[in-house]
Amino acid sequence: MEWANQLCENRQFGSKMTDSKYFTTTKKGEIFELKAELNSDKKEKKKEAVKKVIASMTVGKDVSALFPDVVNCMQTDNLELKKLVYLYLMNYAKSQPDMAIMAVNTFVKDCEDANPLIRALAVRTMGCIRVDKITEYLCEPLRKCLKDEDPYVRKTAAVCVAKLHDINAQLVEDQGFLDTLKDLISDSNPMVVANAVAALSEIAESHPNSNLLDLNPQSINKLLTALNECTEWGQIFILDCLANYTPRDDRESQSICERVTPRLSHANSAVVLSAVKVLMKFMEMLPKDLDYYSTLLKKLAPPLVTLLSAEPELQYVALRNINLIVQKRPEILKHEMKVFFVKYNDPIYVKLEKLDIMIRLASQANIAQVLAELKEYATEVDVDFVRKAVRAIGRCAIKVEQSAERCVSTLLDLIQTKVNYVVQEAIVVIKDIFRKYPNKYESVIATLCENLDSLDEPEARAAMIWIVGEYAERIDNADELLESFLEGFHDESTQVQLQLLTAIVKLFLKKPTETQELVQQVLSLATQDSDNPDLRDRGYIYWRLLSTDPVAAKEVVLAEKPLISEETDLIEPTLLEELICHIGTLASVYHKPPSAFVEGSRGVMHKRLPARTGSGESTESPDVGTAAGGSAPEAAPSIIPSQGDLLGDLLNLDMAPPTTSGPPPPTTGMQMGGMDLLGGGLDSLLGGDIGGSPAMGAGFGAAPAVMPASLNAPVGGGLGDLFDLGGVGMPMGAYIPPKIVWLPAMKAKGLEISGTFARRAGVIQMELILTNKAMSVMTDFAIQFNRNSFGLAPAGPLQVLTPLGPNQTIEVSLPLSTVGPVMKMDPLNNLQVAVKNNIDVFYFSCQYPISMLFVEDGKMERQVFLATWKDIPNDNESQFQIKDCHLNSDAASSKLQGSNIFTIAKRTVEGQDMLYMSIKLSNGIWVLAELRVQAGNSNYTISLKCRAPEVSQCVFQCYEAVLKN
Amino acid sequence: MIGGLFIYNHKGEVLISRVYRDDIGRNAVDAFRVNVIHARQQVRSPVTNIARTSFFHVKRSNIWLAAVTKQNVNAAMVFEFLYKMCDVMTAYFGKISEENIKNNFVLIYELLDEILDFGYPQNSETGALKTFITQTGIKSQSKEEQSQITSQVTGQIGWRREGIKYRRNELFLDVLESVNLLMSPQGQVLSAHVSGRVVMKSYLSGMPECKFGMNDKIVIDKQGKGGATEEAAGKRSGHQSIAIDDCTFHQCVRLSKFDAERSISFIPPDGECELMRYRTTKDIILPFRVIPLVREVGRTKLEVKVVIKSNFKPSLLAQKIEVRIPTPLNTSGVQVICMKGKAKYKASENAIVWKIKRMAGMKESQISAEIELLPTNDKKKWARPPISMNFEVPFAPSGLKVRYLKVFEPKLNYSDHDVIKWVRYIGRSGIYETRC
Repeated sequence: MEWANQLCENRQFGSKMTDSKYFTTTKKGEIFELKAELNSDKKEKKKEAVKKVIASMTVGKDVSALFPDVVNCMQTDNLELKKLVYLYLMNYAKSQPDMAIMAVNTFVKDCEDANPLIRALAVRTMGCIRVDKITEYLCEPLRKCLKDEDPYVRKTAAVCVAKLHDINAQLVEDQGFLDTLKDLISDSNPMVVANAVAALSEIAESHPNSNLLDLNPQSINKLLTALNECTEWGQIFILDCLANYTPRDDRESQSICERVTPRLSHANSAVVLSAVKVLMKFMEMLPKDLDYYSTLLKKLAPPLVTLLSAEPELQYVALRNINLIVQKRPEILKHEMKVFFVKYNDPIYVKLEKLDIMIRLASQANIAQVLAELKEYATEVDVDFVRKAVRAIGRCAIKVEQSAERCVSTLLDLIQTKVNYVVQEAIVVIKDIFRKYPNKYESVIATLCENLDSLDEPEARAAMIWIVGEYAERIDNADELLESFLEGFHDESTQVQLQLLTAIVKLFLKKPTETQELVQQVLSLATQDSDNPDLRDRGYIYWRLLSTDPVAAKEVVLAEKPLISEETDLIEPTLLEELICHIGTLASVYHKPPSAFVEGSRGVMHKRLPARTGSGESTESPDVGTAAGGSAPEAAPSIIPSQGDLLGDLLNLDMAPPTTSGPPPPTTGMQMGGMDLLGGGLDSLLGGDIGGSPAMGAGFGAAPAVMPASLNAPVGGGLGDLFDLGGVGMPMGAYIPPKIVWLPAMKAKGLEISGTFARRAGVIQMELILTNKAMSVMTDFAIQFNRNSFGLAPAGPLQVLTPLGPNQTIEVSLPLSTVGPVMKMDPLNNLQVAVKNNIDVFYFSCQYPISMLFVEDGKMERQVFLATWKDIPNDNESQFQIKDCHLNSDAASSKLQGSNIFTIAKRTVEGQDMLYMSIKLSNGIWVLAELRVQAGNSNYTISLKCRAPEVSQCVFQCYEAVLKN
Repeated sequence: MIGGLFIYNHKGEVLISRVYRDDIGRNAVDAFRVNVIHARQQVRSPVTNIARTSFFHVKRSNIWLAAVTKQNVNAAMVFEFLYKMCDVMTAYFGKISEENIKNNFVLIYELLDEILDFGYPQNSETGALKTFITQTGIKSQSKEEQSQITSQVTGQIGWRREGIKYRRNELFLDVLESVNLLMSPQGQVLSAHVSGRVVMKSYLSGMPECKFGMNDKIVIDKQGKGGATEEAAGKRSGHQSIAIDDCTFHQCVRLSKFDAERSISFIPPDGECELMRYRTTKDIILPFRVIPLVREVGRTKLEVKVVIKSNFKPSLLAQKIEVRIPTPLNTSGVQVICMKGKAKYKASENAIVWKIKRMAGMKESQISAEIELLPTNDKKKWARPPISMNFEVPFAPSGLKVRYLKVFEPKLNYSDHDVIKWVRYIGRSGIYETRC
């Protein structure tokens, strides 16, 4: 290229010289001219000529024809010229292997030069000449250089072993270079150590099973010493190597961590990240109750935050890594939300990553701030960023329940902006919110429908169609809306087509009379006119279902859907573990294992975090492996009846508690037919999420099945009677809380509902008073419950047969069953109810006394009681005080018995009556209680023991309510 | 490790190309040009994977530096190396520009050969490199000189050479802080932090051992416990301690000593170096407060009023104050009135730029503007970018104070008292924004 020539000319003759005729030189002439210059006697001229050659080489011009002439310049004392010639050699030796041999002699000679810089240069360059014939000649000089007296030569020779290994691995092994390299780990010079470590690590990667690095406490100690002394780059090599070591026990792990932590203050971000990697990995082995463990956690946050003030490219790398760290150990950065706020001038790649982390860190404590920020971002310029911000608002809603309402209203505001892509993104996330909180925000559907026309992206269209199909019964013109989509059926993307098919089938099942034609149309479009196999198959499945058994079809298609999980885009735990072992590297940037982007055998080794060695801590570890192994034996009963789904329970065991979710991520916006079918199974899968403990329900099925049986056994009964309390009076009726207003008339267009719960003769009843405070007549009452902790569901329809006129009141009693769908509520006894009448649908929530669920056969046999009491771990015991209760122990006991709280035994110790009681809940959970009543003291103490300690608080409330009424 | 390193000009022409590994072919050079430099869209990531080859790039003015690899390299290290490469080049020939690179391409190749071996970064301290990589060609060195070079390049103190002599031992400390703020329109601080640097310029003979002290809360508190006299001394000098969230150090600082005793000791490189970086978030003095008021009058007019208040000692002067008030894209005309300084509407930047040369502490000033808008049918609302501010103040907004910098050189006959020391504090605005 011209600039190179021109440049050399300038250098030679000064800047004035811009020889125009120079540019007209033809290429052939140029080579010829260079040849002449290279063979010139004048050193200066030679050098300039070589420079020209290199310049031509850089821009991709072929100057290989000059090979012999350039090699001729090699023998020179001028180091600069020598370097240039070497550079040329490295580039062309491979294409001219025979001529490259000409250079060997000079290399061998240079390797013995008095000047260490020249020795090193020779050995460095020789390694870069990838010609088999040369490598043979390289061995001897390399062997000498590895033992050179000068550290500069040794450190260069160390790297050269890796170069040679890359060309001819066998040769390196045969010549024993690996052992020499290992010896260099004990070299006195830190830089030699660092390069030897780097070379060995690289060679070890291609021999996954060899014990090349042979890391042991002694060699680790050497590395840690060198760590303090070598250059920043050397520190990175050593830290990356340390990360591959697995300490023997937690003490060794701690001592390494202690020596690595000072690196967190290094100015070089790569040193910091590599140190973080070592710490994150070795921390796994530390017992969590160790003081040092929490100290270490605290030390990790500030350096991670500091990485965010580095240059943007490094910020990007840091953020990708923080994303992993936050998933693995959320506690480290949970208070640092603010530093992830997006700055206006951040490059887009930094903005997007920060947003991701903000969502991960969002919690009830900071949600207000996060939402305010997200709303701000949603008005920015960059389309991708805005979309992600809108999506983030939806994810906040799903993650932090308390914020859901605010999020929905924010999203509605954004929809009002009518910015096309904002609207579409908002609709996609609102669909997810519907799935997380059913029967709560459906009032916004009307607003969504207004924007139907502006949706042009498949995902948004599919989401909207899903909403229309799912809530077809609440949308008057659902059929029209869906029909309008049908017109261009074949132009839609597959995603939309599938969704449209399902939505119309749903609509048909809900409003069969008006939509027969529509469903026929879509089925024929899907099965006959489409060549997409998925679409066709789904079409046929629906068709068969509808034609053979519409009831079954309804059960399948309109089945209860599993709730979507909080975090939809978490990295799968085993991958996350592997990526944590790769912090700082490309794998952590791509969030992919190295095997996904590295060719050949290098780096394909799967890395894993070490297992914790500390005693008694293993069950607490969030690791998948340990959780599955450790918690199975001491499984606690679930508050959720498992519906006999053994499969579900078994699957539960495999899931790490906080991270995963059974159902597939809903991001596709599709309600797959297959998923509907699996709905039941997934429900119980969800149990893991709901219960919070991975092993809930497992092993529980057996225990209660045995206990009631022994209760009824004659022996048990006899013993119980003998011991039992003679002086107990007739049981009084069960406690019924007074009726309270659940739904004020103001909120329900004139309908007021008040009520209470009662258990009468073993039947749970919801007693309602409906008052019409509106001006018009109300008819068509119906009631539905949201899923709840104990599966309460109406056992029959709401019996309001006559229309309810203005100012009329009616009392209804609704029998309830406990076999409905289950979802843990907060508080546990919360019940969300929907009541429909001819005017609208209204929602309210109420809390039922848990005593309603105490079943009549809740009296436990005494022996069983004792065994069970011992068996339940003490952690599950909770103590409460009941104040100002003036009953004596017998009166209390009989009062409690009315509510199916059975006294099994009574003991009097030093004027204190101890009553032992048992309760059985409708879902088979046993609660054992010890009530201490002291004469003359109006404060009772009650201890509750239960395998599902969550219920204790509710049970205590019942005690209090029963005893005080 | 790094497989190759390329430098391109803005057109995508290769200026420097150095391949270290066999798995990187010549087509890699073109792949990056086609997929990144010539890509239609804005770059979405500094790391790009093209056909199982990963490219890391940074840009300096209109020059692209790209590192290539096919392995799972340490990504943070690659970027740190690229920055370092830029630093080294700047130290050798000034600004990184196409012309400078072309004029120094031989030197660059020589450097690349030295600081990256088989893709492994080697010693890249300019101080050391300059001893044996020179633009003038190496002079024949004596044997001692040679071994001195190699021991320095590989040694523990790779950043300083032996035998430096100055007639006058002198050192300059600059505490340079940039204060960052994001404030809500209501004046609530959304986030604020100071990122500071201590830059040291030293002209000291020999191998001086230095110890640096500042009003770090942890140190002061520890000393406070130690003895009443020192505590009293601390109080007398009016030092208030500050809480440092995190700090990082130049590689000359002994990190393990800092970790154990929180003392900062080091042998400095000759000349200029960035001794430490730190970050604080507590008790920051925000030098200016911006109070915006934006009112939309109909669809074609905006009224903007911005008040700035200076919040520091009246005896101090802030300089180079600049307030940047963004205007909508459809602005047709702007009328500005300001009490102090000069204000101008810059159509090309979509902003009103208000400049004040100097402003003392505890003062306030105001600007009001009327912005005429062209009616548009663009549905999208104006994003209202934040009002940003630039300034320079002669104090450290974090409150950091240098307590001492002691110099010991046992071998040469000068003591701490003989060293002339200068300390200067400069606080600048980082990203100092107020939403409106």
